[in-house]
Parts: sequence; C-alpha cells; structure tokens
Amino acid sequence: MSAELQTNESSKAAGFNLATVFAFLKNNMREYGMLVALVVIVLYFQFETSGVLLQPTNITNVILQNSYIVVMALGMLLVIVAGHIDLSIGSVAAFVGAVAGYMMVKNDYPVILSIAACIAIGAAIGAFQGYWVAFRKIPAFIVTLAGMLIFRGLTLVLLGGSSLGPFPESFSNISRGFISGNEATTGFMSNPFGGADAKLHVMTLIIGLAFAAIIVYLDIVGRKNSRAFNFPVISTPLFIVKNAAVVAIIMAFCYILASYKGLPNVLLVLIPLIVLYIFVTKKTVIGRRIYALGGNEKAAKLSGVPTDRLTFYTFVNMGVLAAIGGMIFTGRLNSATPKAGDGFELDAIAAVFIGGASASGGIGTIFGVVIGALVMGVLNNGMSIAGVSVDWQQVVKGAVLLIAVYFDVSSKNKG
Amino acid sequence: MSDLLLEMRGITKTFPGVKALNDVNLQVRRAEIHALVGENGAGKSTLMKVLSGVYPHGSYTGEIIFEGQECRFNDISASEKLGIVIIHQELALIPFLSIAENIFLGHETASRGVINWNAAIAKTQALLKKVGLNESPNTLITDIGVGKQQLVEIAKALAKEVKLLILDEPTASLNESDSQALLELLLQFKQQGISSILISHKLNEVSKVADRITVIRDGATIETLDCHKETISEDRIIRGMVGRDLSHRFPPREATIGETLFEVRNWNVYHPLHAERKVVDNVSFSVRKGEIVGIAGLMGSGRTELAMSIFGHAYGKHISGHVYKNGQEIDVRTIQKAIRNGIAYVTEDRKNYGLVLIDGIKNNISLANLPAIANKSVINEPKELRITNQYRDDLGIRSSSVLQKTVNLSGGNQQKVVLSKWLFANPDILILDEPTRGIDVGAKYEIYTIINKLAQAGKAVIIISSELPEILGMCDRIYVMNEGQLVGEMPAADASQEKIMKCIMQQEVNQQ
Repeated sequence: MSAELQTNESSKAAGFNLATVFAFLKNNMREYGMLVALVVIVLYFQFETSGVLLQPTNITNVILQNSYIVVMALGMLLVIVAGHIDLSIGSVAAFVGAVAGYMMVKNDYPVILSIAACIAIGAAIGAFQGYWVAFRKIPAFIVTLAGMLIFRGLTLVLLGGSSLGPFPESFSNISRGFISGNEATTGFMSNPFGGADAKLHVMTLIIGLAFAAIIVYLDIVGRKNSRAFNFPVISTPLFIVKNAAVVAIIMAFCYILASYKGLPNVLLVLIPLIVLYIFVTKKTVIGRRIYALGGNEKAAKLSGVPTDRLTFYTFVNMGVLAAIGGMIFTGRLNSATPKAGDGFELDAIAAVFIGGASASGGIGTIFGVVIGALVMGVLNNGMSIAGVSVDWQQVVKGAVLLIAVYFDVSSKNKG
Repeated sequence: MSDLLLEMRGITKTFPGVKALNDVNLQVRRAEIHALVGENGAGKSTLMKVLSGVYPHGSYTGEIIFEGQECRFNDISASEKLGIVIIHQELALIPFLSIAENIFLGHETASRGVINWNAAIAKTQALLKKVGLNESPNTLITDIGVGKQQLVEIAKALAKEVKLLILDEPTASLNESDSQALLELLLQFKQQGISSILISHKLNEVSKVADRITVIRDGATIETLDCHKETISEDRIIRGMVGRDLSHRFPPREATIGETLFEVRNWNVYHPLHAERKVVDNVSFSVRKGEIVGIAGLMGSGRTELAMSIFGHAYGKHISGHVYKNGQEIDVRTIQKAIRNGIAYVTEDRKNYGLVLIDGIKNNISLANLPAIANKSVINEPKELRITNQYRDDLGIRSSSVLQKTVNLSGGNQQKVVLSKWLFANPDILILDEPTRGIDVGAKYEIYTIINKLAQAGKAVIIISSELPEILGMCDRIYVMNEGQLVGEMPAADASQEKIMKCIMQQEVNQQ
C-alpha cells in the first residue's frame, strides 16, 4: 500500500506524463531511495570495472557471496524492528558450521539429519538468548555480546583449532551448486541473442517468468483492493510502466543467470525465505504485533500483545536463520573453520539499517533489507574487482552506512 | 523600592487549540509565603513554567517584573540567575549521585573544569545545616527518603542564592512530620527575607502558612485573599476554586441502569519498587449495567494504580483481592485475560501508553483485537480497512485517511483512535482514565457523547478524572479516592465539588 502514490483527481485525469512520474518518485523517495542508490552504485562499478560487474559469472558470484548475509539479515530485521539487537549471529553461524562438520565430516551422519539438527541447535541458541532478553530483561546488547563470546569459544572447543572438511557433495551443493547440476550441461538451449556457443538455461527462464507473473498478479489484486476503499492509487499507465519495469528487471536478471550456469541452488532457499518474511511482516498477526511492540512496547502491552513472548520468538527465529546462514557459508567454503562468520553480525546489521530500519524499533521492511544487503554486496564485489585494497573497502563501507542512515533520518524529519 | 518582589501582569499563554492562561495577574511581596491554589488543569503549573522560563519569552504575552526590572527569560538558567528557583513535583535529582554532587550539578565549584571537592563538600555541609538535614554530603540520593530528597532540592535552591522559591506540591508525597518540617523551613526562610510560592492541594497547610492566597480557575486569576486581613476558611478557598457554570458542557443522557455487572472486592496493591508501600488499600466497588461511575481524587491518590492493577495486573506487586463479572469471579492476572474477560482500559497517557505513534490510525485501531480481522493469523486487509474506516466515520476522526500516522493527529482525534481501539475489542467494562486530558472543549463534548452511547448500550463505564466538573457532569455515582483508599461514595444527584473536596480533606485531617 505504501508504495502507492497519492494522486489527486487532476493528475489522474492527466494520465501519464513527466510530472506524474516525477511526483511518483518524489513521494516514494523514502521507499525507493536506496534502490536508486543501488542502481547508481551498480552503474558506477559497471563503468569502473569495464563491464566485469554485470557479467553472468560475476552476478552469480555476488549472489553466492551474499546469500548467507541476506538470510541472517532477514532475522536481524525482526530483532531490530522489535527494538533489540543481536551481536552473536556470526559466532552462532560458526558454531553451527562446526556442528555440521562434526556430524557430517567426522561422524558421517546423514545430510538431512544433520541439517535438521543444526536448525534445532540454532533455535535452541535463539531460545537461550531470547529467554534472558525477554523474560529476565537483560539488554539484548549484553546478552548477545555474551553469546558472541560463548559460541565463538564453543566453536574453537568443537574444532580444536583446525578446520573440518570437505563436506558431502549433497550438502555443499546447496550453496555451491546450480539447478542445472554441477557440470551445467543439461537443460540448455541456444541463445538467440548470443554467438554460436552461447547457451541459455531453460528452467531458469521459466522460473523467472513464473515469479514475475506472481508479482504482477499480486500487484493487480492489491490495486483492486485499494480502489475498493477509494484509496489513492497510481494512474493506470504509470501502473503498467511500473510493472513492466519490474518484469523487465526480473527477466534481465534471469537471462544473465541463464546464460552462465543457470539459477544457483542457494536462490531456491533465499527467494522463498524472502517471500515468506515479506508475507510474515506485512500480512500476519504476529508480524503486525512485532512492529507494534517495537513502535511502543508499553502501548502494545496494554493492548494485550504478549510482548515478552513475542520478543522471545524473534530471537528463536534469529537463531534458526543464523543456523541456516552458517550452513550456507560452511557449504560454500566446503569446510568448517574456527574463524567462520567473523563480522557477519555487523554486515547483517548494516544491511538492515541501510535498508531504512529505525534503530529505535518499529520501522523497517524486508524489501529494504534485501536492497541494503545488495548495496553492501555490490560495494564489496565492485571494489575488489576495481582493485581497491581491503583496508580502504572498510572505510568506504563505513562511510556508506553513515551516509545512508543520515539520508534516511533527515528525510524522515522532513516528512 | 516597592515591597513587591514579583509582579506578573496580563499573562496569556495558548497551546494549539487551548488557552491555558488568560490575562493572569500575580503579585508576590518580599518575605512572603504566597499560596497558589486551583484545580488540576487550572493553569498553576503553566504559570510557574512561564515564570521560570521553561516557556521562553515570546511564547506568551504579558510581562514579568522582578525586583522592579522587566524580565525576559529564555530558559531556566536565566531565571535562576536572578534567584527564581522552581522545585517540581517530580524531583529532579540524579539517584546515583551523592547529595553534594546533586546540589552543585550544573554549577560545580570548579576551576578550569577541575572540581574542588573539599570546597563543594564544605559548602554542602553548610547548606544541609540550613535546611536541617543531618546527612553526609557523600550519601547517595537513592539511599535517602523522599522527605529528605525534598530538603536536598531546597538546599540546591539555596546554593543558587534564591530570592523566590517556587514549590509545586512539595508535600504531596511526604508524610505528616516531614510536611511539618518543610513548612517550618518555609517560615524560617520568610524570616530571612526569602519569598516562596507554594502550590498545594492541601488547603489546611495553605491556610496555616500562607500570607496571601491567589486562586486560579480555568486559566484566569479569580481572586487574591489576604490571610492577615481576615481569617480564610478552607470552605472559602474551595468556593473560589470551583463554582462555575456547568450547563451545556455535557450532553444529556437518559440513564437506564441494570444489574451489577462488575465488582471488585478487597483489592490491595503494593508499589512495584518500594515493596512496603501500599498504593491501593482494601478497595471495594461495583458498577452496574449501563451505569457511569466516577472515581474522583487528587493526582497520586492511587486511582490510576487501581485501574491498571485491575487491568491484567499491569501495575503493582503482591496484588490481592477478587474481581467479579455478572457475579462470577474472573481471572485478570494478565492483560490478555483481562481483555478476554471484557475489560478495556483507556490510559491517561495516550502518547506513551495508548498509541503506537509511528503507526497509522488503522494499525492502532485493530491492535487490541487482531484475531477478529485475521483468518488463521493472516490479516484480512480489506476487512481491516472496512472496519477501521467505519470507526473513523462513526467517531469523526478528522484525518486524511486511516493510513495517516497518529503522531500527526490532534489530542482529541488521538483519543478517538484509542477509544476506537477499545470499542473494536468490544468490552463489557470500560475504564477511562482522564479521558479528556489536554483536549479542547469541542472534542471533549464529542468524547462525552461517545461515552454516553456506550453506557446506553449496556456497558459498565468507569471514569477516572481529576476534573470534578467532568465527574459531576457525566457520572451516575461517584466514589472518592484518597491515599489509596475509597473515602466516600455518593450518588451524583447529591454530590457537589465542595462535598467531594471535603471527603478528601476530611481524611487528611483524620490522619493527623
């Protein structure tokens, strides 16, 4: 709903012209500001790296490199919206990776059983930390700082200072493989736009089309609902342009992936998770209550929202997502290492804040988090290709975080 | 030099939608204890905030003349420089700093930023002696009682070389002997030439120590009584404080009162932090179907604590007692259970406890009853929009749409959102705590109309209010609460402001 433009009758009558487009962008600056920034960053590095950034190989790399951060940032958003923070997820991810290594590499437990056990351990860790925050009222900053030390320590204990690997292929393929199979030989057709050797992965394109169709369908339904309540909606031409742009972006993305090895398996984990969390935050009772809790805990409590239990659940959820993120990272490295997950919590927190979440809770969207994670990911990747040294990369990322949040705060003060 | 220390002339202060002060005049002589009395919301605190510079020059009209000079204060420090010091009802001491640190906070005895602790402690000892407080300057504030804390505040004022000391309800939280000591101290200061403005509801204290009394009502000065010319009785003061035309401020209502719907028996609540302090003391009351019952009492009498403790034990510790609905005992130990049993509580502090200000009208209205608009915990947004739009129209919430953020609404419209939230939860018992605080007259009438409709629909309504006219104008029956106890009950037909005030005063006298 918030993406819709507030138009008055006259601009509706005027239909599609430059002024309405301008008004649309202006009114949705807050929602799309970071998206615009992302596009600018992408274009800049595309130019700076002489086109390497948007090459199929590199796009695929960006996805594989950032998938686990996005997964953890989804949970971090709920924690931050609820008014808390979680500093422990890097250590939790490492610990879960170590457990995965202990089970699958050292003891040859079945992969499915090990994954289930890892998720359960993540939930238990989340429950442990959530207990102290929600029911014992210890500030989350302190509880999770303790968790950060505890689970890093336990990782070292479990691994004894060395790495465990390699993992069974069926496990590491989740984060390394493609739906076309590891060799990427089957299911390709020739690329009508490319040269003689160029090929496209058919299934990737079909999945992309289906996904685009669902998004357009949902937008049409949402618009119909808004109309039914006489809410301002964007004009029909603008609506068509907006959806055409969305479809174009999705298909361009899929085309690029299809011309390399096809859809990475990890996207089959990531996209459903993103959709699930968009649904939970926007459409469900529990999502609505988490936002109310973060917006004004006392008012939420006096409205009958079980605030303590809800806080507890956001940490359990965070634990589960930290475990999934940890497994994806471990699979990608194909080994469980003592130093795994170092600084992941900061990347996830940065993604949430760049995506427009409020540090005092109650505000933030999944869409924003994904954009925020992509901004950080593209910066990392682009600067690496452009040959910027790691030390300067940190400086730039820090500056971007500060500027992004300043931009968000100042636009909120105006609005 | 005239014997006037302070003269405030024609002070008018408006807030958006409300005229808080209207052409108020106040004169304080040198070496005088001047009492300022009036009901809650009459404008006493606002006047003192104008005087002390909390509301800077330019935000009000009128002039302040102190020691013959016109003053234009931009902030509190400007008025303190001239020796005007205000001590607020909620003490402004920092609990984990020592007495000495608190006294010199903001004007430390320091040279180039380095504090000379020996000088500070020596000065503190001298000040503590003056106010008669026998404590080490190094004692932490948190370790001494409220009465002693009050004395530290006064010592702090003395450290600033005070000429005019303003005390806002200084004895509200003090026991009898501490109150006595404090009043003695004011008399001593008078001997030394320091004037005081004493704001107090305890009229017996006022008539004991004050030289003159200024009465404020509805933001205007009504009269100034000179205690040396004539003996001023408490009744005389009360008559000045109340006595106003009540006609047409409240919508008419035909009460149809049924059986007892809601009953509380032997309710006891202790303070959540000070476990020995009993905040609600053996309270029993009942409300019938279609009845509006008022609970009158001063601020701090335990009304809010009573309501919040009934509403899911949202306040207090070691709560005991029984709650009945239609003769059946109900469980109110959590807020969820209280809501499920049909109780709703509209808080007195809508910004901090009533609304999620960063959210829109829609999300606020549906918050207390989300399952009703959800299908298997998925929110049915069209249904939510339909219902919240209905409330917006029915209650006349003036807004651009139900998506407008509540932070941008006026006080009256915010209160209507809170009311909508609880109407949507469909309770049988509504507890309204200060339902019209900070709301302009027109919106008040609308809210009264809504309350009347609820009673007509057969709900049991409890109104807690510091505004006696509101209680008298709206309620069928009135309980009077003071110091955690119900000290009186009367049908509204027999009640008057004087009677209610007397109930409160009576108990104060009995305790002495």
